[in-house]
Amino acid sequence: MSNPQTLFDYLIRLGDNSLILGQRLAEWSGHAPILEEELALANIGLDLIGQARMLLTYAGEVEGKGRDEDRLAYHRDSSDWRNLLLVEQPNGDFAKTMARQFFFDHFQYLQYEALSRSTDERLAGIAAKSLKEISYHRRHSSDWVIRLGDGTKESHDRMQKAIEELWGFLPEMFDMDAVDDAMLAAGIGDDVASLRDEFDMAIEKVLREATLDRPEDSWSVRGSREGRHSEHLGYLLAEMQFLQRAYPDAKW
Amino acid sequence: MVTAFDEKEVTEILSLVKDPEIPVLTVEDMGIIRRLEEAEGRLKVVITPTYSGCPAMEVIEKDISDILTLHGIRDFDVVTEVFPAWTSDWISEEGRQKLADFGIAPPAGRAGEGGIASRAVICPQCGSEDTTLISEFGSTACKAQYRCRDCLEPFDYFKCV
Ligand SMILES: [Zn+2]
Repeated sequence: MSNPQTLFDYLIRLGDNSLILGQRLAEWSGHAPILEEELALANIGLDLIGQARMLLTYAGEVEGKGRDEDRLAYHRDSSDWRNLLLVEQPNGDFAKTMARQFFFDHFQYLQYEALSRSTDERLAGIAAKSLKEISYHRRHSSDWVIRLGDGTKESHDRMQKAIEELWGFLPEMFDMDAVDDAMLAAGIGDDVASLRDEFDMAIEKVLREATLDRPEDSWSVRGSREGRHSEHLGYLLAEMQFLQRAYPDAKW
Repeated sequence: MVTAFDEKEVTEILSLVKDPEIPVLTVEDMGIIRRLEEAEGRLKVVITPTYSGCPAMEVIEKDISDILTLHGIRDFDVVTEVFPAWTSDWISEEGRQKLADFGIAPPAGRAGEGGIASRAVICPQCGSEDTTLISEFGSTACKAQYRCRDCLEPFDYFKCV
């Protein structure tokens, strides 16, 4: 039997990834380069926020301290967030947003495919549901990496730069700590470390088609599992949480 | 054994609830209502979201509550379940026809057949099979955008998922 606190820790990692990336994509609303992308980014963001709602609701119930999805979303400071450093990175230009999405989509697809076989039926159900959506996200971001990479010199250079700027955030995705180990042993969580080879194969195939170079593994940063984030998360939370912080429990 | 509700009657009442985003369809046509159950003398209406982030779910839940209340049913709960995951295969034949009549191309083929469109997407305006994908994302999560190469009209396609 797994410890409820461990399951809570595990679920908020998953939920926080989806929520923070969903919030980032929402920042594109009204700014996307073309109408189709305006709709696509908003739709993908909504899917992610939908996943986050299910996961944070579940996490709150597991914790049993009366925190619901809103409480968890709006009343936690950055050191209590457990999302990957990758997803909190700023949007940058469209190439950077697509590179970030491309890496996350490929990772999340593999992770949720494994989680859809979790012995925790509720988590397995959420993963199976989300997987259908993620397969659309993954196709969309992969298409853009190819279009921009194998596009003009300008788009190629921007995509190459974006891939390089985010490359060092990838190793963290495949780390396993005590929480991951406990969840894996309980049959609830997945072994993310084992996904790296399949991930590399999938993204390298796209990079080749996009005429982009796989960057050198020259740097990496970590810390999200202990709540150590980049400065960018604080600004994101300040905007996302403002209303509930200024007017606690406001409803409309 | 006295049951708390008459299934046929409740089904008929629920067939009045429209999908808020595609009002030609009922939530029944969409396959959003999964089943009716009875638990401790209360009616349980089990619904499922089409997409995780579907913003219409809260409206649908409220519309179901309102219509049941309006018909004098008091002891009920509307419960959301995500497993098994919704599939466009659950859209009824009648629902598919209504979509086409409304100008939205219904899902081509069955989700189990794999891929975005395992069969040709038919233009709801002119019936041509010569259509092309504009974007996999449309005005709502469940739709993609297509264009007809014959009549040149753009149209919504209800994704096969
Ligand atoms: Zn046509």
